[in-house]
Amino acid sequence: MGSAGLSRLHGLFAVYKPPGLKWKHLRDTVELQLLKGLNAGKPPTPKQRVRFLLGPMEGSEETELTLTATSVPSLVNHPLVCGPAFTHLKIGMGHRLDTQASGVLVLGVGHGCRLLTDMYDAHLTKRILWGSTQAITKHFFNDRTLRRGCNDDNNYWRTCALTTTCLFPDHVTREKLDRILAMIQGSHQKALVMYSNLDLKTQEAYEMAVRGLIRPMNKSPMLITGIRCLHFAPPEFLLEVQCMHETQKELRKLVHEIGLELKTTAVCSQVRRTRDGFFTLDSALLRTQWDLRNIQDAIRAAAPQVAAELEKSLARRLDTKQLPSPGWSWESQGPSSTFGLERGAGH
Amino acid sequence: MALSAQQIPRWFNSAKLRSLINAAQLTKCFTRPGRTLLHGFSAQPQISSDNCFLQWGFKTYKTSSLWNSSQSTSSSSQENNSTQSSLLPSMDEQSQKPQKIPSFDSELFLEELDELPPLSPMQPISEEEAIQIIADPPLPPASFTLRDYVDHSETLQKLVLLGVDLSKIEKHTEAANLLLRLDFEKDIKQMLLFLKDVGIEDNQLGAFLTKNHAIFSEDLENLKIRVAYLHSKNFSKADVAQMVRKAPFLLNFSVERLDNRLGFFQKELELSVKKTRDLVVRLPRLLTGSLEPVKENMKVYHLELGFKHNEIQHMITRIPKMLTANKRKLTETFDFVHNVMSIPHHIIVKFPQVFNTRLFKIKERHLFLTYLGRAQYDPAKPNYISLDKLVSIPDEIFCEEIAKASVQDFDKFLKTL
Repeated sequence: MGSAGLSRLHGLFAVYKPPGLKWKHLRDTVELQLLKGLNAGKPPTPKQRVRFLLGPMEGSEETELTLTATSVPSLVNHPLVCGPAFTHLKIGMGHRLDTQASGVLVLGVGHGCRLLTDMYDAHLTKRILWGSTQAITKHFFNDRTLRRGCNDDNNYWRTCALTTTCLFPDHVTREKLDRILAMIQGSHQKALVMYSNLDLKTQEAYEMAVRGLIRPMNKSPMLITGIRCLHFAPPEFLLEVQCMHETQKELRKLVHEIGLELKTTAVCSQVRRTRDGFFTLDSALLRTQWDLRNIQDAIRAAAPQVAAELEKSLARRLDTKQLPSPGWSWESQGPSSTFGLERGAGH
Repeated sequence: MALSAQQIPRWFNSAKLRSLINAAQLTKCFTRPGRTLLHGFSAQPQISSDNCFLQWGFKTYKTSSLWNSSQSTSSSSQENNSTQSSLLPSMDEQSQKPQKIPSFDSELFLEELDELPPLSPMQPISEEEAIQIIADPPLPPASFTLRDYVDHSETLQKLVLLGVDLSKIEKHTEAANLLLRLDFEKDIKQMLLFLKDVGIEDNQLGAFLTKNHAIFSEDLENLKIRVAYLHSKNFSKADVAQMVRKAPFLLNFSVERLDNRLGFFQKELELSVKKTRDLVVRLPRLLTGSLEPVKENMKVYHLELGFKHNEIQHMITRIPKMLTANKRKLTETFDFVHNVMSIPHHIIVKFPQVFNTRLFKIKERHLFLTYLGRAQYDPAKPNYISLDKLVSIPDEIFCEEIAKASVQDFDKFLKTL
């Protein structure tokens, strides 16, 4: 069971990280559970070793000594002597979630860890849902979560949560919120184009933009490709954000800025990731399911999708990386020399 | 000066040995291996001895292994790890060797080399002698794992069969050294018989010895005195067996230390003698662990959490583990249970199990019940849910009976947290 189990443990799978759990503890817990499952298998068959024993030869009257080969069991392979067969597993973490955030978290095991960076580089879109309260309530529980939620941000946030002077103003309406969200989306879209290093004047870039496939080339700050308000019940509102290269801190800052734009204050009370690439909430494993069997099944279930997505993204990257070659059919109307310059600038 | 006194005999030895080589003393050297083999153990081939006396400082362990192989009782001593003292037992056996050259000091390791005249590999030997040369690969003189020695040491084999986990013991080098040096018949057997007397079953011996491998260095008399002390304090035989099983290091504590600890618990908790006894039998770890966390936790319960003294006593007799719980976890759990779930002190006292469960479990279940509208913890009102039902029962039963929902609903709810 041990080595067979290990051979099935290569790939990506998603877990649901509950709030309040550090990502490192999660990773360690998953590793421990997997090792427990792997070590619970059958122990290896005991080795035999050959010993040559001296003894009198059979069937002879004189005391003639001869060597006879016998195989005696050896304890070298015994699990109590060697220890557990598996002591360490390579488990990698996808896009991290901080302590207060919850949601889909992608983990890679064994060879799957290589795919993690590919997934990140493939810039698969992630969506995050969160709920925010407009005014700071005085209830003890909310206060504490807010304060804790803001703990990992700088002090700036903590003071925001502590100011109880802001009451819920009447001037905040849904239309204003939508307008602000549209503004945010627009500015981020421009940033996306800038970071992708594409010149939108080219046909290929335009086609990519139409299909929604523009991705930033290198490291970039958080880029929001889509944001909308799902639920507006003052003082609370729920936003759905589709973004890339995000951090929880920046998302919470976003909520604060929305509040400022609305001429009031807003605090983020919950950040939850509902989707990371093609791993959705349905495929995420809950805490009770973090054992060998379930993880192996999850890896197997996710394998075809992972392969397909990576092929697609690799093909995309190869497309953009391909320099003007003679056989390249291009429908661009521009002169070939400028076209070559543009393509060069695209990298 | 001592060195020069030793050096002279060394040269004298080597001169003598050379003379032995040159002389036709081959028959003599053949009879010696034959004699050692009668004891049934292998001897290193004659060839290795060539190196031995030429580089006497480095390979003396090899010679000691050569000559000790004939002594079956001390088979384990040859496999010692690096320490210098490993050579000392071999010296005792030297005195038993026949035909030892008696005139020199026993500190000289070169003496045994005299018995073995160097043999050239080219010299012809008879078939019988050839058969009797056993050329096993030598054991490593020092190793970081007991795997290398387990096949050659009866002690280790018997311990493995008992169930002792050698892979854990080899992490402590002194314990591993000790085990290699001990003899099963003489030392270990007595200890095992004593432990069986105390009341540990056969199948529990392995786990006990894995945890407390230091017990072999304890004196058997002292151990008996400590057990007698426990009996004198009215711990029954079964009680003592349970305590020793759960806290393997208990018998390593001296009588006065045990006395102090028992006294501490009696004073601190102010419980009756019988209750203190029950407490200690249930959680003997209290006696072997550190006392600081216990003192701190008592203060936490009293000052920070605000429980009265008799309430604390009641809770501790129900759940002794509370005394050694982590302070941070305690305060977090209490904070959630008291402030968020709004459960007053007197109800918490009735169900101290909440301090023994993980916080996330309490949180998840409470939030689920709130979502369903069933979070009623007041015994006076209808649909009351007691705390022990909240925390102690497994998920499926909780979902069906308490929350009256399915497990899938619970999972879906967890994914919205």
